[in-house]
Amino acid sequence: MVPASSLHFIPRQAAPRRVTAEPPFVRWLLIGVALLFLGLFLVVPLAAVFAEAFAKGLGFYLHIFNDANTLSAIKLTLIAAGIAVPLNCIFGVAAAWAIAKFDFRGKTILITLIDLPFSVSPVVSGLIYVLLFGAQGLVGPWFMEHDIQIIFAVPGIVLATIFVTFPFVARELIPLMQAQGRTEEEAAHVLGASGWQTFWRVTMPNIKWGLMYGVILCNARAMGEFGAVSVVSGHIRGQTNTIPLHVEILYNEYNFVGAFAVASLLTFLALVTLLLKTWAERKNAALRGTGN
Amino acid sequence: MANKKSSVLPGFKLTLGYTLLYLSLIVLIPLAATFWKTSALTWDQFWHTVTTPRVMASYRLSFGASFLAALINLLFGLLVAWVLVRYHFWGKRFVDALVDLPFALPTAVAGIALTAIYAPNGWIGHWLEPLGIKVAYTRLGVLVALTFIGLPFIVRTVQPVLEDFDVEIEESAASLGANRWQTFWRVTLPMLRPALLTGFTLAFARALGEYGSVVFIAGNMPMKTEITPLLIITKLEEFDYPGATAIAVVMLVASFVLLLTINFLQWWSHRYHAPV
Repeated sequence: MVPASSLHFIPRQAAPRRVTAEPPFVRWLLIGVALLFLGLFLVVPLAAVFAEAFAKGLGFYLHIFNDANTLSAIKLTLIAAGIAVPLNCIFGVAAAWAIAKFDFRGKTILITLIDLPFSVSPVVSGLIYVLLFGAQGLVGPWFMEHDIQIIFAVPGIVLATIFVTFPFVARELIPLMQAQGRTEEEAAHVLGASGWQTFWRVTMPNIKWGLMYGVILCNARAMGEFGAVSVVSGHIRGQTNTIPLHVEILYNEYNFVGAFAVASLLTFLALVTLLLKTWAERKNAALRGTGN
Repeated sequence: MANKKSSVLPGFKLTLGYTLLYLSLIVLIPLAATFWKTSALTWDQFWHTVTTPRVMASYRLSFGASFLAALINLLFGLLVAWVLVRYHFWGKRFVDALVDLPFALPTAVAGIALTAIYAPNGWIGHWLEPLGIKVAYTRLGVLVALTFIGLPFIVRTVQPVLEDFDVEIEESAASLGANRWQTFWRVTLPMLRPALLTGFTLAFARALGEYGSVVFIAGNMPMKTEITPLLIITKLEEFDYPGATAIAVVMLVASFVLLLTINFLQWWSHRYHAPV
């Protein structure tokens, strides 16, 4: 938390105070209350993760990462994110191209449907795949006959991860590409560039930071998803445990230091995500600024 | 879906076709299958399953705590957005970036961290314990977790509207004799209303379905601190698939209604703030 005494204000304008500004003590009070709220809800939990993780020293902390189950959880999380993020990235670009560069009926409905996974509870997101591919599911028995296990196995985890991260890239690119219009691409195409050339040389440089932004958020959610993955995983140690599920298992076994040590890895990832996100946002704003 | 105005650009059929295929396979077919699965139950069976006292208690907790959490975030989210847009202070950029932490931090991590803080021997819990306030393993804990995960929504919907806000409108209110509070209450706040409502609904919808951050801090006592998503998991673990599906359908219908509300609110706020 930032102590109130270290705050100092840079007045926008010298006195007299503008009619649209609050008296200094009101400003101080509002800033103070806002920072107290954010400190309590954001900074304290963040600090708690690292404090608990290092509660028994660095040796204990490192010990948990030397465990085969932890390593296999890290591996599975990397696999799930490694499949889900590129697939949703390709989808996002394709959907944004179709929606931003062409006119067709039902566009608004399509955009709403793409956003749908965001409004579905993570638990329900996992459940729908159990109902489809589970032992009593619609197509589950067929897959079982062919010895393909989806639920309580890696494919189920990958599917659930794809579902919960489905809209991230698309919803970032659609408004961006709509705002940029079609004239640049049309000009390139009329001048003889092929579709691919137009995309890579004209569209891509314009959307790269927006794409980056979507990918960063998509990846953070893919690696951190808990509810949906928990439903389809079956919690088999060393086989179907992702990092967040491993945190839960360690926590429920009262191995708090271990749970928080693994959690600190995810927290570190979240902090890197925020950093990259802020950076991509600024780059994107700069790109838009010079584009006009 | 014919082209109204034919575009010279290539790739329409390919990209739209792929979009529809991928959307159907990942989202639409599995969701439709869930509704189809419910048809195994008769209406009476379905209604009985989704209205047992234990399920009703979970609705009350889930809807009630989500509503209260969104309300807390409405107040503090507006405050945070206001402070970030209108004032200058040291570390503002850092604070601005930190607001998105609940989006980036995995829910399970948030859950165990909040539980550790608010447990009777935790950093905050041991101050509250002598006052007779218990947070962890009570409904208050559910509220704290849901407030955490809904925190960025209102800040991020109100912030851009405040940034684009024409200060001249406030100046004219002031020149007509309104004091600062009157200007805020009668001029600024009404213009923020669509953004506030959108943010509120987004935070509420997110809280309603939340699972990871709540299960650790809630204590998960049936009838007391059991949220609806957890009940779905409980039914699944008991291999009561029809029961789990029936409750999931109730949750899905609630999500769809909220999604429509959000779309309507966004359309409304765009109309409100149409660029001149």
